[in-house]
Amino acid sequence: MSNIFVIILVSIGLAFELVGCIGLIRMPNVYNRLQAATKCVTIGTCFILVGLCVFAAANSNISLVLKTIVCIIFILLTAPTAAHAIARAAHKSGIPLWKRSEVDKYEIDHEGEDPLPDDS
Amino acid sequence: MSIFITIIYVVLMICTFMCLFRIAMGPTSADRIVAIDILGTVIVGFCCVVILQGGRNFYMNIAISWALLSFIGSIALAKYLEGKGLDE
Repeated sequence: MSNIFVIILVSIGLAFELVGCIGLIRMPNVYNRLQAATKCVTIGTCFILVGLCVFAAANSNISLVLKTIVCIIFILLTAPTAAHAIARAAHKSGIPLWKRSEVDKYEIDHEGEDPLPDDS
Repeated sequence: MSIFITIIYVVLMICTFMCLFRIAMGPTSADRIVAIDILGTVIVGFCCVVILQGGRNFYMNIAISWALLSFIGSIALAKYLEGKGLDE
């Protein structure tokens, strides 16, 4: 009976991962690829981990359940942080937006600042 | 269940090869960093599937440490792309 739940949860996760990686191939620019891939793959991996958590709870394997929950919390905390850092670094290193992008809020907020301040 | 495990492996391999394609062909270095970040998250899913296949529970430790190291590596590569040192 718990196998059904595991199969459903892992299938949802796989669908998200596949869509995210197709977005990584298909999208035209760094920011669009980041937007498409990061969130889809994060939530897909979290669904696979939830499926594994159900599987471990059905086998009454308490340590595996706890490790799975720790891994879910860690991925949900760190993946958006890493994506934010990469997007900020890409913008600061001067990669232009896509040609049909209309507004650049980061540029408006930081207008007139030196993009690479010299601290030394 | 074993057919299902095979399907999961095939789909995850397709995702992995998409990430490797983007690492190889990405026009800018930021594309490659994004693809490396995504590849780390996909490999955590791989470790979960190995546990689902049967018995090898120590792969969960590998998954947790891979998630940690992937995060630290992504932050370091982003700082490098930004042109700063690691301690700022």
